[in-house]
Amino acid sequence: MLYVDPHIHMVSRTTDDYELLAASGVKAIIEPAFWQGQARTQIGSFQDYFSSLVGWERFRAAQFGIRHYCTMGLNSKEANNEALAEQVMDLLPLFLTKEGVVAVGEIGYDDQTPTEDKFFRKQLEMAKEVGLPVLIHTPHRNKKQGTYRSIDVIEEHGIPPHMVVIDHNNEETYREVLDRGYWCAFTIYPGTKMGNERMVDILKVAGPERVIVDSSADWGKSDVLAVPKTAKLAAERGIPRDQIELVCYRNAIAAYSQSGQFTEADWLNPPVVDQRNLFEGNSVLRGGQSPRIDDANEANIIR
Amino acid sequence: MSEPAALVELMRSWLNSRLDPAALAWLDDRVQAIASSDKKALYLSFGLVPRKVGKGSLNLTERECNAAIAARHEWNPDRWSIDQLVRTMLVLSFPSSDTDAYVKTLDQMYSTGEVGELIALYQTLPLFPNQPAHILRAAEGIRTNIKAVFCAVAHHNPFPSEQFSDDQWNQMILKCLFVEVSLRPVIGVDERANPRLMTMLVDFAHERRAAHRPIPAELWRGVGTYADDRAIADLKTVLTTGTSAERQAAALALSTSRHPAAKSVLAEAPEQAHAISAGEYSWRTVAAAEQAH
Repeated sequence: MLYVDPHIHMVSRTTDDYELLAASGVKAIIEPAFWQGQARTQIGSFQDYFSSLVGWERFRAAQFGIRHYCTMGLNSKEANNEALAEQVMDLLPLFLTKEGVVAVGEIGYDDQTPTEDKFFRKQLEMAKEVGLPVLIHTPHRNKKQGTYRSIDVIEEHGIPPHMVVIDHNNEETYREVLDRGYWCAFTIYPGTKMGNERMVDILKVAGPERVIVDSSADWGKSDVLAVPKTAKLAAERGIPRDQIELVCYRNAIAAYSQSGQFTEADWLNPPVVDQRNLFEGNSVLRGGQSPRIDDANEANIIR
Repeated sequence: MSEPAALVELMRSWLNSRLDPAALAWLDDRVQAIASSDKKALYLSFGLVPRKVGKGSLNLTERECNAAIAARHEWNPDRWSIDQLVRTMLVLSFPSSDTDAYVKTLDQMYSTGEVGELIALYQTLPLFPNQPAHILRAAEGIRTNIKAVFCAVAHHNPFPSEQFSDDQWNQMILKCLFVEVSLRPVIGVDERANPRLMTMLVDFAHERRAAHRPIPAELWRGVGTYADDRAIADLKTVLTTGTSAERQAAALALSTSRHPAAKSVLAEAPEQAHAISAGEYSWRTVAAAEQAH
C-alpha cells in the first residue's frame, strides 16, 4: 500500500528517517511550518526557515524518492510576539503562492490569547485570498474549547469546511469536527496525542470518511512510521483495506489537492523536468522494496 | 549579447505554438506590469508560473536553437522546460538600468526561492545585463548542496567560464567531481584549464586513492594540459593499470599535455596510443566506458 504522511516536520529528522519512510511506502509528505521547539527572535529566522521548507528540505526528501510539500503560516505559539508576528504577516505572501505550498498552516490557538486570535484571523483571510486550504493546529491545553472556538472563527470568516483540515483530534473532539463537515486529522504521537490502538477503535466507530492519519513527527519523541504502522494495525484488527487506504492516503490527497499543488501524478508520474531536477533518475519509483516495519506486533503499537 | 527586451521578445516568439491563448494573455499582462517596475507582480507571478504555463519540455527546433545562440553566445535553452523559460522572461522584464537595485531585487528572489525557482534563476545568469554584477551570486550557486541548483550554474551555462576567477572556476570543477556530476556539460572546461587546478585535481586523486575510493575518470581531463612530473607519473600509472575508462582518460590527458615526457609515456601503451591517433577516444567514450564498468 502507498501512504502519504500529511503532517511531519522533517527539518528535525535524519536521513535514516527518510530511508524508513521510503522503504515503508510513504510516497509524499507535507511539512507544515511550525515552531522549532524554541521561539525565533528575528524575522530573518522565519525567512530562512520558510525558504528551507521549499528549497533544501524538498531536495533532501527527493534524494530518497519522497515528494515533499509544505504548508506556510505563523504558528499560534510564536504569534504571541506581536511585533515579530506583524513582520511575518508581511513575509508570508512571498511564500504562499510558491509551488508545492499546499495550505496555510498550521495555524490556530495555543494559549488562546487575543494576540493569537488576531493573527489566526489574519491568516484565514490570506488563505481565502489565495484560495488555499487551511491546516488547523488544535491546542494541547483546553483542547475541546479551543477546537470549537477555531471552528467558530473559521465559520465567521466564511471559509467552507471542505477547505479546512482540523488536526490533533481526540476522542473528545472528533465527532463535532466531522459533524460540522471538516477534514478530521488524527496525529499518532506517543504520549501526548493519539495512539494507534485508540485510532483503530475510533475508525471502527467513525468510519473513514474525511478522516486523515498523520504522525506530526518532529524534534520530540515521535514516530516517523506512525502512518504505515497505524495502517498495519488497522488491517490486523479487521478494518477493510479500502478504508485504510482512505485514511492513510486518499483523503489527504483529496483535501490538499484543492490547492492545485498536490496530485498523485506528482509522485506516480512526475513531469520530466521534475524527474531531472529533483529525483535523479529512477529513485522516485523504486520498486520491490519490502516494508521495514518490524514484524513483532508490539513494535507497531504507538501509545 | 542582445538586450533583455530583445531576449524576452525572442523567447516570447517561441511560445506562440506552445502555450494556449489564456496562458499567453496572462504572460503578456505580467510582463507589461513587471516592465513598469512592479516588484510585487514580479515576485508573485514568478511563483505562479508552473500553474499558469505547465512544466512541459520546451523542445526547441534547430532554427530556434540557432536563434538563441545568435542572441547570446553559447546559450542553449533546448533542455529547458516551458516554466523555466517563462521565469527567465519575467526576471529579464524587470527594469535593470540601475544595476544595484536590480541585483538587490534578484537577491530577494534567490534568498526566498524554492528549488524550481532557484534553477530558473541560475539558468538565467548568462542573460542578465551587466554580467560581472552577478559573479558573487553565481559563486553562491556553486556553494549549494542542491545538486540540480549546482548544475544550473555549472552545466550548459557560459557564465562561469566567462566571468569566474581561476579560484572560483577551480572550486566549481573540483565540486563537479566531488558531487559526481559530469564535466562534459561544463562550457569552457578545456579552455579554462590552469596549473593550480591541475595540482588540486591530482591532490584530490591522491586523497581518493588513500581512502580506497574510485577516482572519476573525468578528473584527468583537468590534469592533462598543465601536467607536472607528479601528474605525469600518475597518468602513467592510470594508463597502464586503470580500468578501460581510466586508460582512455589518461591517454586523452597525455595527448593534450605540454610536458616533454607525455608523448613517450603514451607510447608505452600502444593500444591507447593507436586509438588516440585514430581519433577513437573522446570524453564521451570515457563516460560510456565508465558507465559500462
